[in-house]
Amino acid sequence: MTRTKNSEPVTDVDVASGRSAGGTVARSLAQRFSIVIALVVVIAVFGSLRPDTFLTTSTLQGILGSQAVLVVLTCALLIPLTAGDYDLSVAGVLMTSQMMIGVLNAQQGMNIWLVIVLCLVAGAVIGFLNGWFVLLFGVDPFIVTLGTGTILSGLVLWMGDSTTISGISTGLTNWVIVNRFLGVPLAFWYGLIITAGLWYFLEYTAAGRRLLFVGRGRAVSRLSGLRVTRIRWAALVASATLASLAGILYAGTTGAADPVSGEAFLLPTFAAAFLGSVCASRYSRRKEVRESGSL
Amino acid sequence: MAVPAQAGGASLAGAPPVVEARGVSKSFAGVRVLDSVDLDVLPGEIHGLLGENGSGKSTFIKVLAGFHDPDPGSALRINGEDVPLPLPPGAFRDYGMSFVHQDLGLITSLSVLENLRIGTFSRARDWAIGWRRQRAEARSLFDEFSVDLDPTARVADLDGTQRALLAIVRAVHEMRTLRGSTRTGPGMLILDEPTVFLPETGRRQLFSLMREIAGGGAAVLFVSHDLDEVREITDRATIFRDGRLRATVETRSVSDTELVELIIGRELPEHGGEREDVAPTAADAAVVVEDLADERVASVSFALGEGEVLGMTGLLGSGFERIPYLLFGAFPAATGTLRTGDETLSLPAMDPVKAIAHRMALIPADRQNNGSVGSISVRDNAMLQIIDRYTTWRGLSRPQLARDCQETLDRFDVRPPIPGIAYQSLSGGNQQKVLLAKWLGADPRVLLLHEPTQGVDIGARAQIYEVVHDAARSGCAVLCASSDYEQLAAICDRVLIFDRGRVARELRGADITKDRIAHECYTLADRAVPAGPTEGEGDGR
Repeated sequence: MTRTKNSEPVTDVDVASGRSAGGTVARSLAQRFSIVIALVVVIAVFGSLRPDTFLTTSTLQGILGSQAVLVVLTCALLIPLTAGDYDLSVAGVLMTSQMMIGVLNAQQGMNIWLVIVLCLVAGAVIGFLNGWFVLLFGVDPFIVTLGTGTILSGLVLWMGDSTTISGISTGLTNWVIVNRFLGVPLAFWYGLIITAGLWYFLEYTAAGRRLLFVGRGRAVSRLSGLRVTRIRWAALVASATLASLAGILYAGTTGAADPVSGEAFLLPTFAAAFLGSVCASRYSRRKEVRESGSL
Repeated sequence: MAVPAQAGGASLAGAPPVVEARGVSKSFAGVRVLDSVDLDVLPGEIHGLLGENGSGKSTFIKVLAGFHDPDPGSALRINGEDVPLPLPPGAFRDYGMSFVHQDLGLITSLSVLENLRIGTFSRARDWAIGWRRQRAEARSLFDEFSVDLDPTARVADLDGTQRALLAIVRAVHEMRTLRGSTRTGPGMLILDEPTVFLPETGRRQLFSLMREIAGGGAAVLFVSHDLDEVREITDRATIFRDGRLRATVETRSVSDTELVELIIGRELPEHGGEREDVAPTAADAAVVVEDLADERVASVSFALGEGEVLGMTGLLGSGFERIPYLLFGAFPAATGTLRTGDETLSLPAMDPVKAIAHRMALIPADRQNNGSVGSISVRDNAMLQIIDRYTTWRGLSRPQLARDCQETLDRFDVRPPIPGIAYQSLSGGNQQKVLLAKWLGADPRVLLLHEPTQGVDIGARAQIYEVVHDAARSGCAVLCASSDYEQLAAICDRVLIFDRGRVARELRGADITKDRIAHECYTLADRAVPAGPTEGEGDGR
């Protein structure tokens, strides 16, 4: 789909073995580390403008902790994107699970861990319905998931009566943002684990490789005996389930459920995913690059 | 023998030829693919263009279209005026030429009227489009050529014949309206095999349209493989072979045998229509196919022996090229069964997953879109079918995968033998070797090939033949659908020749030579009993 189609066959192999001409290596290195360089520039600029407030450990901890939701949501989106399908409902799913926690836990007082399980199930069901419309009715996933996302954001307004619900169980907030490991909130480590897991899945499992084939060449995949429909469907279910998890982290980060702010995640998620896949198609160090892309 | 039709109007007395080509040549990298062609096309005539693949006829047409620049020394006169060469692309319109290619160039989601006017919209200077007036004009245009089309219908809802008619009427229309105002002349319509996928009734309609057009004074250049059609519709025909114009003949005064000799270049021993006894006994065959049919294939049955290489060929549109895909379940079949071992599989219910489970492998002609994914590495492409063998408790064993892939690339002599590079960076021949490696790695019992050496250089070609032979020697049943007669002669034990969706001839043993196959393909056409395959259902694609 939108993945970069390299016209010139520059590859990891060329870079690794230093086979290419010098100029190409330099350019390739610049491209490879462009995001890291951008990050350094940002730190340098803000560091020199506001050295007292920016260059502190708490800023670093804040950045790392607060971006975990986006990281997880990006991972969710990357799965169907790899299979060649858009999922525009990820932000809607995130809001739904966040609001389910608000309503069921904060208002109804249901056990938080049970609510989390329900959220994940709800996510899987939404993904299943997305897949249903995309694959059985042959509707463009862009349209289906745009519709699902819109319906979900309406549903969220209705569920929460258009108000912010606070008072989410501290059990969740403790395990997301309050407790720390190496001084960084746990949310960051969850994001890291999920990113690593996704990377491992894509690189080191047969299913991950098949997902890539389905995304890059539907006809090839079909003629190679891959169950294209099933794989695309599974990708949409996985995406919504993971988006639901992102919603749980979001609720845990803010300690409340509000009915609108989740929508703001949609475009940054796509931006991060595309930055990530642009890099991923070129480099083997996907994990770091995606992570920094999300930052 | 078809009755020669009273084609076309008499050429306008004294009018200069619409096109006079003099010494038109074209070389690619020092190789002459078109060698000083002198060709006249007269106003009001339907002129056939015949020749095998690679004979130069499409190169000639591409020179007219301005797609190829001819070599220096070539000259072209249109309507008696010298034309500066090379023609800029698109300039053919100003000279009153119009092309209809096999794919017709219609946009199926738009209406008939929109398709008709697509070329003129882009040049129109008006602000708004007067749809009512446009519809009326379209109707009168269709009436003029006695074509029954509704301007408001969606092209997607038309059948293949109607689409072809629309494309041709559009070409005539453009030929008239887009011609530069300063030029005069009757114009020329170039039809590049528009009939291959049409049912018999569609051909009739198309031919009567062509006669109407020629009757109006325009010239029609009709490219075809099909001798019968050429004999039926054309006044004169020009035969290309090996880049040279061999002859221009009055169609009515030449015999079939003479035409075939002109096309394939040698006189062939007369063969009385002897048919050899039927192929390997169904008992020891690896695969028995019965009653296979779809919209272009009519009730084909054959057996394929273990270790046998069975060729399938015919002219374009004869249906042979669909057989591998139908057996593999890549396209749905209408009827048919496939028996392998003790199992009988229904072909309409076949799909690639099932085919692979029965150890079938398909190597499609379109490597880039159906065979492998160009942007993914050679390693992943080559190992896709057997990737599950490398799954361990902690995921894929990448080192093992890389070692085995390296070994495979070396064995198939893929150059460069680097597993990590993108598939698309390999040459055609090496891409094909990777594709063979991919499927042979899964140890198939039935190997289905379609044009296995298309776009493959000579050296790799020989290696691919060797790979196919090795597979057959190890007991694999091989089916090779190909229009490359030389290749069929090189690798096949038997060759089935298709005509209009049916198996019409079978060649075996010493009969399998390039010339003999070509001869059979072109002479199958004694169609006293025409009856095309399943009338009507051509989808025109």
